[in-house]
Amino acid sequence: MENILEVQNLCKKYSGFELKNINMELPKGMIMGLIGENGAGKTTTIKSILNIINIDNGNIKILGLEMAKNEKKIKEDIGTVLDDSFLSEYLNITDINKIMKNIYKNWDETLYFKYIEQFKLPKDKIFREYSSGMKMKLKIAVALSHHPKLLILDEPTSGLDPVARNDILDIFQDFIQDEEHSILVSSHITSDLEHIADYIAFIDDGKLIFTKPKDELLENYGIAKCSEEEFKNIDKNDFIKYKKNRYEYDVLIENKSEFKRKYNIEIIDKTSIEEIMLIYIKGEK
Amino acid sequence: MNLIISNNIEVPIYEQIKRKIKNAINTGELKETEALPSVRNLAKDLRISVLTVKRAYDELEQEGYIKTVQGKGSFVIPRNKELIKEEQIKIIEEHIDKIIKIAKITDISLEEIIDLFKFLYKED
Repeated sequence: MENILEVQNLCKKYSGFELKNINMELPKGMIMGLIGENGAGKTTTIKSILNIINIDNGNIKILGLEMAKNEKKIKEDIGTVLDDSFLSEYLNITDINKIMKNIYKNWDETLYFKYIEQFKLPKDKIFREYSSGMKMKLKIAVALSHHPKLLILDEPTSGLDPVARNDILDIFQDFIQDEEHSILVSSHITSDLEHIADYIAFIDDGKLIFTKPKDELLENYGIAKCSEEEFKNIDKNDFIKYKKNRYEYDVLIENKSEFKRKYNIEIIDKTSIEEIMLIYIKGEK
Repeated sequence: MNLIISNNIEVPIYEQIKRKIKNAINTGELKETEALPSVRNLAKDLRISVLTVKRAYDELEQEGYIKTVQGKGSFVIPRNKELIKEEQIKIIEEHIDKIIKIAKITDISLEEIIDLFKFLYKED
């Protein structure tokens, strides 16, 4: 599979925070979910990819071209949604259309107004008067209306109710009906990604913990629920991290079936992305 | 085709899709050479990832149920009737094995079983 996005050895240092050696690849036609707690480095990673902040080291390739040298050309093919839309709150839908026409060569007015219809966005209100869900849908409509091949979105579902989140997931799955299209989306609401993401990249404290196909994660990872005695018998190499609870140890394991063969532990639960993230961050080794 | 999947059972989603499609082929609900929904379409309709559907389709192709043509989609392969019969005979054999085991435990003779079989077969 061809990659639409390649990040190599990305490093960025702030005082008190450092993004260390991030490497990831997003194949064409796929959705990658970027997860991690607030402050873990998701937004810094996305801003580095978009060349909004200067990186200290590393290489970003999008559609086979180096971002640093081809930013203008590449950005015609990317649709972005960031926390700050860089749009005045006092604009309405028609104003935004006028501005965007001058920014993107491929801006498609007809498509833009089609999305406005489809997302049921009010034409007479200014941006400021929109609900959070409407604001996000407008941002996504703007991001989609110049025929991008890659969507990069930072927390598009945070602060939205389940109905609005569901609508947005629909928009994403419509977008990737075209095999040439891909999405990189960060979220701390892991259940959204659990459904639609093909790959999960997990960042913690500026480090990339893993990037894996989501199905592989959900199928192979598990949580063994052990007594203290049972836990003491487990080889340190056979688990990732553990969390001690009042009555049992929750032990995060990478390969359920191998673990079952080796140890006689009755309860090995299947796990969720959220639980994997929790035990990684809060657990001990 | 009926394709209902559950997020709450141990069986992985790709496996659930495989079973449903195989079943639809075996019962004739999906006809020979009939087109399956596209990978991306099915992913959207079931609200699951593209890779999950792709895995199900890839394995169905390996097992000889469907064929994927680049740019055209996936289709049900016309199945060899002899092959289907062979598979069915295998399943019957497994059941007969069980019958024999039960019969031996309780000393039921072969004649008795054959009589019973003939009787039930006619009644059906």
